[in-house]
Amino acid sequence: MAKIELLFWSGCPSHPEALELLRRVLRERGIAAEVDLREVRTDEEAAELRFPGSPTIRVEGRDVDPDGAGAPARLACRIYRLPDGRVSPVPSREQLEEALR
Amino acid sequence: MSLTLADPAPSFTLPGTDGTEHSLEDYAPSDVLVLVQSCNHCPYVLAWEARMNAIQRDYADHGVRLVAVSSNDASRYPEDSFERMKERARDEGFAFDYLYDEEQTLARALGSERTPEVFVFDRDRRLRYHGAIDDNRDETAVTRHYLREALDAVLEGLDPPVAETPPVGCTVKWR
Repeated sequence: MAKIELLFWSGCPSHPEALELLRRVLRERGIAAEVDLREVRTDEEAAELRFPGSPTIRVEGRDVDPDGAGAPARLACRIYRLPDGRVSPVPSREQLEEALR
Repeated sequence: MSLTLADPAPSFTLPGTDGTEHSLEDYAPSDVLVLVQSCNHCPYVLAWEARMNAIQRDYADHGVRLVAVSSNDASRYPEDSFERMKERARDEGFAFDYLYDEEQTLARALGSERTPEVFVFDRDRRLRYHGAIDDNRDETAVTRHYLREALDAVLEGLDPPVAETPPVGCTVKWR
């Protein structure tokens, strides 16, 4: 069973959408996974967890957006890029699918 | 607590990324003033920013001024510093004024909570619409253009069809 971690900060409204997309992709691909939801509440927790923004999704410890994983840890909404270049507050379906291969 | 409908626009004098000071009185010639709580670092702002630019361009000849204001604490969010605001306004070719509310006084007076969050004031500078720009951050999925609908109504002396919507975006980063 795949181990997936979704870290979020409640000050950003995007994590329910990210969780819904993640669960949809898992369901469509028939992947059994345990999704561990973890709220990041303080700057100290963000630093400890290397949390570059909300939401952050890690599959078996690997960030679904490796390019953004190394950004400074902080309580903020995370910026993702869709395949067409547009900005999004949640990872793209393609990023999730790639991470789950 | 946010302004409520019909409340007057709060007074302000703030520096803009264009290098000049801007006050509420400076916008007096405009029939409608749109204040948008904004910033540099928020993905929701980035997703809506092009629409803000398009609205200013589309309504400029109708007496509408859109003014974006960033009040975020730049000590914790360096992308929201005044210098970075200037860079963004220049690089993105903003058609609207972009003001720096370093002391957060305008954000507090408006009662802003999110970025982006829109406040539309009529000729008498009374609040007529408050909330989101439209109903979807994905431009291709928008079904209701709340801000454009409000502008069209107010310019015709009518009430906006929808006067309040919940703003969707990042929280204002208070000091």
